Parts: sequence; C-alpha cells; structure tokens
Amino acid sequence: MADISVVLPSVLQPLAGGQSILTTPADGAVTVGLLLDSLAGDYPVLARRLRDETGALRRYVNIYVNGDEVRRLRGLETEVAAGQEVVIIQSVAGG
Amino acid sequence: MGCMATEQSYVLAIGTKKGLWLATSHDRQTWSMSGPHFLMSEVPSIGIDTRDGRTRIMVGVRSEHWGPTVAHSDDLGATWTEPEQGAIKFPDGTDAAVERIWQIYPDAESRPGVVWAGAEPISVWKSTDGGEHFELNRGLWDHPHRSEWGAGYGGAAAHSIVVNPSGENVHVAMSTGGVYRSLDGGSSWEPRNKGISAYFMPDPNPEFGQCVHKIAADAAVEGRLYAQNHHGVYRTDDNGENWDSIAEGLPADFGFVMLTHPRRAGTAWVVPLKADGERIPPDGKLAVHRTDDAGQTWKRLDSGLPQGEYNAVLRDAASVDSAEPAGVYFGTRGGSVYASPDEGEHFTEVASHLPDVLCVRAAVVSAALVPDAPVPV
Repeated sequence: MADISVVLPSVLQPLAGGQSILTTPADGAVTVGLLLDSLAGDYPVLARRLRDETGALRRYVNIYVNGDEVRRLRGLETEVAAGQEVVIIQSVAGG
Repeated sequence: MGCMATEQSYVLAIGTKKGLWLATSHDRQTWSMSGPHFLMSEVPSIGIDTRDGRTRIMVGVRSEHWGPTVAHSDDLGATWTEPEQGAIKFPDGTDAAVERIWQIYPDAESRPGVVWAGAEPISVWKSTDGGEHFELNRGLWDHPHRSEWGAGYGGAAAHSIVVNPSGENVHVAMSTGGVYRSLDGGSSWEPRNKGISAYFMPDPNPEFGQCVHKIAADAAVEGRLYAQNHHGVYRTDDNGENWDSIAEGLPADFGFVMLTHPRRAGTAWVVPLKADGERIPPDGKLAVHRTDDAGQTWKRLDSGLPQGEYNAVLRDAASVDSAEPAGVYFGTRGGSVYASPDEGEHFTEVASHLPDVLCVRAAVVSAALVPDAPVPV
C-alpha cells in the first residue's frame, strides 16, 4: 500500500495542525473528491476552505494531480493513483 | 481638568475589505487600535452581543480564495473561534452555497442567545446559541417571489433584519427585492413596499423589487421604521403597511446608511450621497444628517468631518452605541473612521488610511474588559 500525499499551501497549514503535507494510505486509485472527503473528517475547517457546502471546489482553489490542474482533467472525479502527489495552490490574483 | 476612568468603556469594530480592526476607548475620543485580524479577508458584517454577561464579537469573514465563514471572539479579539462545520451553511437539498454574510443582528435583550443573520444569496438565518450555529429561514427561502428578486450592485443579499420587542414582527430588507414582513416570528413573509418608489423599473410602484439600502426601527414607537432607499428616504408608522417620504430637507435622497437612536423616539441619522452619477457626499462635503422629529426636519452635522471627501459610506459602515448620549460612528470607502460621543454634534477621527470600510459596529462594555485603552486625564 502506497501513500497519497496532499501538499498544502502555507496559508492553510494552521488548519491542518501545522502540517505541510498530509498523507493518506491508498491501495488503489481514489478520486480527488473522495480524497477531500477523507480530509474533511480529520480537518473540517480546512475542507470548508477548499469546497463550499454543495461540494463544489471554490473558484480560486486549484488542485494539481501529477502536475495537471484537475479542472483540465475530470474535476473532482479525477483519479489519483497510489503513490502520487496532490498539490493545492490558490490562484495568484487580486489587489 | 482631571477625570477618573469611567466604569464603562467602548468597543468599535471596523470591518474592511482586507481585515478587521478593533478600537477601544474609555471616553470615545481617544482610541487604542488592534489589528488587522483576518488580514486579506473582507469583513462585511459584525455583531457585538453584550447579553448574557459577556461581550461576544461575531464577524462574517470572506476570503476571495477560501470562501465565507463566521467567527466569534469572547475576549475582544485576542482569540477567535470558528465552528468546525461552519456557523452558516445551506442544508442539503437547497443546492446553494453561502457567498457572503451581510448582516449579524443580535436580537433583543429579552431573547439572549438569539442572533439573526442575512446572507447572499438572499437568505435569512436564525441562531439560538449565541451565533455559533444558524438555521435557514425556510419561509423566506421558499417564498414564491425568490426567483424574481434581483442583485444590487453589491450582490443579492438580505442586509437588514429588524425584530420588534415581542419578536412576532420581523422586517427584512433585501437588495433588490425591497422590504418583506413577517407577523409570525419569521414563518411567513409578505412584501411591504407601498409608497416606496422603484423609478428604475417599468412600474415605479411595484409590489416588490425596490432597491432598499437599509431599514431601522424607531426604538420607542412600535410599528415605526425608517428606510434609506436607492433614491428616497421613507418612514412607516403602521408597521410597513404604508411608507411616506421624509427626504425633504436633506441635500440628497440617496445614501446607504439608516441609523436610529437606541431609546429616543423620532431620532435617526443618514449620510446623504449625491447619486446616481456621482455617489459622493454632495459637493464633496461630508456630513451626517439627524432628525429628532421622525423626519420632518433634518440637521446637518459636520463638525470634525472633512469638507473635501469623495468616498461613499456604505450601508453597514455606520453604527450607534447605547450610551447616554448615544455615540455615532461611521467609516468611508477611503478608510477613514469617525466617532461622535454626542449624537453627531462633534466627530473625531478614529483611524485613517484603512482599506475600504464595509462595516462598523460599536458597543458599550465594562471598563474592566479594556484596561489597555487610554484613560482620560
């Protein structure tokens, strides 16, 4: 069984006990949505920063799987293979 | 002149486009500031709840990246608490998500623990646990008019909530939908806009659809409310059945603010803006206007205010406290905040160069809570 790593931006790390990388064991592929669901169990406030109450990814939250942003793949249905890394980065914009 | 510290002090919470600042004072003239709290998040709504023997500051916070939430502090901002699952969230099946919390309104002294909220998309919420968890008001959410309510420039929101002393009569104002009234504590709702013009619509006197900017209740006359509309200042004396213009005597009938005195009948404040083409204080001269006779006459109050100010004052960027005499506070989109300890007769600048001020709330608190505030001498 290999871990899936979720890399958090520094601004969200306080909501995950100060951790910069969260790992979850996986024995196969899981979707990004299920991955976020499992995060919500341990870190509900962090989860609310990423998705609204309908489950939709917030507009300026970008999630990369294997270097590709999930909106260009299958969104929250994008599969993450065991051993892969998921990176969360907020859009750089605003005044 | 010597002066002892009084037993009461004052807290002024300033929500801006980029965070929250808190100011404390023993005399409403000299202020100590803390902040920014929630830096880089906007704070469009604040409720200061002094019931139940504590001072709880509740804030609606919204990050462009991370969305909206509600947090509260029981120690004047030293620490903040956010319910893990969120204080305000649409229930399953509504297929809606909160965009912004526009209003946090602690209910009457006789109903401790009850806090109302107004949000975008247009919705009203009620908490019975001091603002930690809110429940969606289904009567308004399921109202058949909802699909016809529109968005003002700032968004589609319920931004004013007024509950009468008995708790049975609830008025909500929304942009754009107008004023709605419930006579059963919030279970069912009907539009109450008769007399309020909506000049920008094909029918200028529609049943609903008005762009009301703010409503406030007269503290001492049951059934009397005041409204600052998108062009128009109005009063009702019959619980919203009929509205009459009270704009005569004001330099402009446009503005966002509507404040009422905490105890005295007939006293209200507005901050006129010239509109629609300009949206600045008339001739760039900033002034608050107060009526003491329910809108028959208005008095211009500009002592201490800049007579070269080109920023608007938004609907919730103004507040009164409950002291005697009442304090009046407001902030501009240019980041200046002003306080008056004497009902608007004289203002002093509390802060300048802050980000756009979205919300201001003031409260009287125990002096023991703010030992660090400057003591008048």
